[in-house]
Amino acid sequence: MSTLLEVSGVSVTFDGFRAINNLSIQIAEPELRAVIGPNGAGKTTFMDIVTGKTRPDEGRVIFGEKSVSLLGLSESRIAQAGIGRKFQKPTVFEAQTVRENIRLALKDTRGPLDVLIGRKARDSEDRIRAISDEIGLTEALDRMAGSLSHGQKQWLEIGMLLAQDPRLLLVDEPAAGMTPAEREHTTDLLVRAARTRAVVVVEHDMEFVRRLNCKVTVLHEGSVLAEGSLDHVTGNQDVIDVYLGR
Amino acid sequence: MERPFLARNPSVLWFLLGLAMFTIGVTVLSEAAGLGLVSTSFLKTLGKTLCLCLVAIAMDVVWGYCGILSLGHFAFFGIGGYAIGMWLMHARTEGIVLPTLQAAPLPPTPQEITDAIGNQIFGVVGSSEFPALWAFSHSLTLQLLAVVLVPGLLALVFGWLAFRSRVTGVYLSILTQAMTLALSLYFFQNDTGLRGNNGLSGLQNIPGLEHRSQAEVSLWFFWASALALALGYVLFAAVVSGRFGSVIRAIRDNEARVRFLGYHVEHYKLFVFTLTAMVAGIAGALYYPQAGIINPGEIAPIASIYLAVWVAIGGRGRLYGAVIGATLVSLLSSWFTGGSAPDINLGLYVIRWTDWWLVLLGLSFVLVTLFLPKGIGGLFDRLVRKGDAP
Amino acid sequence: MLRALLLCLAVLVAASAATAQTTLQSILQSQSEAVSSPSRSTVDGVIAALAEAPPERVAPMLEAWRDKFLWVRDADGVFFIARPEGTGLTLTDIDTGARTDVDDRSGYSEIRPNAGVRRVIDSALAQFQLSDPDIARRLAALQSIGRDPSPDQLDPLRASIPDEPDPGVLARKQQLERQLTARYDPDPAARIAAIESLAGDLSVEARAVLNTILATSRSVAAEVPEGTNVARILTPGEDLSVDDAYALLVDAGLAPSPVSAEALKSALIENIADGSVAGAPIHTLDTDAARIAAYSTLAADGTVPPFVSMDDRIAATRAHVFYTSYTEPDPQITAAAQAALAGLQTRLGLSQFADLSLDALSLASIYFLAAIGLAITFGVMGVINMAHGEFIMIGAYTGYVVQLFVPDYTVSLLIALPLAFAVTFGAGVAMERLVIRWLRHRPLETLLATFGISIALQQLAKNIFGTQARPLTSPDWLAGAWVYNDVIGISYIRIAIFILALIFLGLILYVLKRTRLGLEVRAVTQNPGMAASMGINPDRINMLTFGLGSGIAGIAGVAIGLYAQVTSEMGSAYIVQSFMTVVVGGVGNVWGTLAGASLIGIGQKGIEWFNPSNTLAAQTYMILFVILFIQFRPKGIVPLKGRAAGD
Repeated sequence: MSTLLEVSGVSVTFDGFRAINNLSIQIAEPELRAVIGPNGAGKTTFMDIVTGKTRPDEGRVIFGEKSVSLLGLSESRIAQAGIGRKFQKPTVFEAQTVRENIRLALKDTRGPLDVLIGRKARDSEDRIRAISDEIGLTEALDRMAGSLSHGQKQWLEIGMLLAQDPRLLLVDEPAAGMTPAEREHTTDLLVRAARTRAVVVVEHDMEFVRRLNCKVTVLHEGSVLAEGSLDHVTGNQDVIDVYLGR
Repeated sequence: MERPFLARNPSVLWFLLGLAMFTIGVTVLSEAAGLGLVSTSFLKTLGKTLCLCLVAIAMDVVWGYCGILSLGHFAFFGIGGYAIGMWLMHARTEGIVLPTLQAAPLPPTPQEITDAIGNQIFGVVGSSEFPALWAFSHSLTLQLLAVVLVPGLLALVFGWLAFRSRVTGVYLSILTQAMTLALSLYFFQNDTGLRGNNGLSGLQNIPGLEHRSQAEVSLWFFWASALALALGYVLFAAVVSGRFGSVIRAIRDNEARVRFLGYHVEHYKLFVFTLTAMVAGIAGALYYPQAGIINPGEIAPIASIYLAVWVAIGGRGRLYGAVIGATLVSLLSSWFTGGSAPDINLGLYVIRWTDWWLVLLGLSFVLVTLFLPKGIGGLFDRLVRKGDAP
Repeated sequence: MLRALLLCLAVLVAASAATAQTTLQSILQSQSEAVSSPSRSTVDGVIAALAEAPPERVAPMLEAWRDKFLWVRDADGVFFIARPEGTGLTLTDIDTGARTDVDDRSGYSEIRPNAGVRRVIDSALAQFQLSDPDIARRLAALQSIGRDPSPDQLDPLRASIPDEPDPGVLARKQQLERQLTARYDPDPAARIAAIESLAGDLSVEARAVLNTILATSRSVAAEVPEGTNVARILTPGEDLSVDDAYALLVDAGLAPSPVSAEALKSALIENIADGSVAGAPIHTLDTDAARIAAYSTLAADGTVPPFVSMDDRIAATRAHVFYTSYTEPDPQITAAAQAALAGLQTRLGLSQFADLSLDALSLASIYFLAAIGLAITFGVMGVINMAHGEFIMIGAYTGYVVQLFVPDYTVSLLIALPLAFAVTFGAGVAMERLVIRWLRHRPLETLLATFGISIALQQLAKNIFGTQARPLTSPDWLAGAWVYNDVIGISYIRIAIFILALIFLGLILYVLKRTRLGLEVRAVTQNPGMAASMGINPDRINMLTFGLGSGIAGIAGVAIGLYAQVTSEMGSAYIVQSFMTVVVGGVGNVWGTLAGASLIGIGQKGIEWFNPSNTLAAQTYMILFVILFIQFRPKGIVPLKGRAAGD
């Protein structure tokens, strides 16, 4: 197990509000990590920083064996380096079919000329099939993504993440709005994915986190409050204070 | 198993077939090669309409598929026209001036020839010097290159600046409109060396074809326009289908998400913006020799907005929609404004279509946007009940 | 000589009419021949003789003489001031002013002095006019001096200064006296003093005087002649082209004229023999080099003048000195004038800068008025209203229609401003309810739909009001301009527009920051969902905002119509600039719009300063600047946080 992502000493301020305050987190590969915390703790901002959407005021974000700094890279470069992200609200391309959605995400050349002229990768149809099997959408491959149910959209998005074949997966509230059966399916998906890569799950739902059965990081006011197993952090007095209010 | 491109896109085949039949039909009815039922001036109108269809599908790709509401593509069209117009004027004037000079007792020096041509062309703006912009106007090859390269380069530079700073949506539209305004103001100035608001004229006289009748030349241009439209349609159908099309439609719908998938959104936009600008230039280079005259008014921002209107009325996001829109609106427009439409006498007031056509167009445009967001092509889709349009 | 005459006239006038016992008629009779057929050589004598006559009678007589209204009765040679009346004449006695009518003019002859004589009479008249009791005549005389100054005006002008009762006219007289002294006084010291006093005068006239004193001409000689007031020595190739220098040499007779291309060509044509010229076949003569070679052969035979090559010309110019010299021979005076002009230039530059700043401010306030409505609707609703320019037009036409019914311009303006607001407010609300509301979250389509409305409205206005421009006349108290000096000045309308812009800035800030509506508008701008959950009706807010933005456009239309023309296309002239203003300033922020309008107004005027002849180029460069500006501040000078800012 080697360190894949190292965030150290990162701070970011929005109009005087310190959203992230001297945050340091390390993620190994492979690893499954849950990040929890109350509203406004900086969970989403943390993801924004890693994926390049937000530029921090200070600190370092280093990725991979070659210790590439992610700061200053564009979102697309970071994604190409092997970081995938799933948003809180499912954002699939509703005007395109499930197949097209997965095809878009499939690990392949990304340059416009390659995409326009380059031949299809020979095995792409097989890979699409494999992923759709995994997320249970094989039957729906030729349906418009807009016609899927909410839970199916969540899975499609997870499927798109898997198709990207990233080394680090950032997943924001994957279980929101799912039925218990769907949650279970999602848990399985994430746990399986985390066998070969790093997966970071941001979640509110403690039950879901418990089922993931992994190391947990608690964020509060933009920095790490506690880290360890779920039982360990839930026993932490600070965490209890934060969650139950002072 | 990969099927051939046309087999995967039957609608492209249908379109090409229709276009071919239309071309053959018009040829049979034309004055030069057939029954003479289609007058030469109407033949020119049809040829011009085909060019407008070509620029409209380019607009459809950039707006309907990639989501960039460019209010500058008709300027690229105009630049294409100017580029070919410069050669046409130069060569044509040379053809007029040379015999006079050669009839003189002494053979002319190169400088004398240049001066005489310059005097003819730039007399209207009180100059006889050749401006630097005309440095290549003697060469058809170079000006043909300019037809493609100048709009392409302009689009590349502007697009790079705009997309790089992530200007999107209405902001981008306004910025492209500003670019168009700047261009048209630039073309309006006499100092620019493009004859100010006189523009370029006499473009229907093709050097080397003086002995051919206009009926014949017009037919050739009609064929060339049809061919260009066919090629453009196939090119754009290829662009908007497959994975590339999937990417640009995704960019249209959610640009940020595409970025997180690892695509350089800016590169795609730049590619589409530039490619369509080049095609617009080609369409313009075919259009203006048929129109005979080009002036900076053609480049004004309003022309580009009309282009967007055609595409919206025809139906965005489907190539044949752009063709329908451009054909319908431009033919209707020339019918109404040409005075052929009968006036309506209301007793108290006579509706003259030359006065009321724009009101009608404006309002019908509002109605289409409100009630027919997919345009006429959308109606077509509903009838056919098939969603496989490229 | 003339000056001496005038001087004696002046003395006489000063001595008043006490000495006048001879009648004017008798003096004229004594000079009878010179009066009835005057010439440049005799007119001075007549004018000198007139010094004896009562001055109040001399002026009308001189005027009549000059204007060809002096007639002579053939029978007895008596002079009359006469006006043709049908076939007859109305005669005025030159001494008593008594009038008589005669039916037949055949016994009378008109006296027709030539132009040279009339000029002499004119200057003689100046003295009388300068002291005329009628202030209008005095001013007219001063104006004529200012227009066409000459040395002989100096003495009468000076003579008239002590008795001038009106302070304004006196100041003008003194000003002209300084200018005339600077140019014409025989005493160099007096001239230098006058020149130095001109250094403080920014008027166009004063600058013209200094520039006339500093007038130069180019000359060439083997050496600079003694006593020349040299302005500058010129180096051919640097200060003037070799061709120009050589042309000067030719003009001065110091070098043979060059053979022009035309002359060379015709010489060759004249010497064509058997299909060749000087042995060179005609078809080879299609380059300049070949033609020159053939010509040189001809020249060697002596058939044509020799060809002057470029080397010859350079050699000739090297052998001479080129210089510019002042027409004014006295170097002290030119030096003083130069110093005065230099000082003036600095002050002139400052004044021009001040004037330009005023222009820029005025342009900025127009852009602000035109754009602020757009900025508000864009900020609150995230939609671009392409028909905004047409609302400006509707406002202007409202003003025009009001003026058709209310002839008093002040009253009609007072009616037009609120009415324009009401009309465009209504139009805006109607448009929001009928179109824009249904296109929410489709901003690009809103843009196009409002464009459809824009072309429909424009054509509608054309159908109703025609294509020609309609006047929107400002009241008299807004006509004219505030003029500080010859350089700095601004029309009252522009000042009024500036004040109007300030009022609207204040009003909008007040509405947004201090009223319930403003609070709700800001709430909807920042978070529509939250605003709705707190009981604010976003539909109502959108409608009111849109109405407000459109209403302001209507008022801007009245303001713009007052100084520009009202046409159906006036809106489109402002729409792109308004967009630029909004984009540069940052959306949905009053201060941003103000900053954007200032930047664009000042920028455009600033570019015009560098290239004043070309407004089109200034606009072009301004737009390029805006495109580049967006690179560095994509969200404008004052970026917005909230709905319209996007994510």
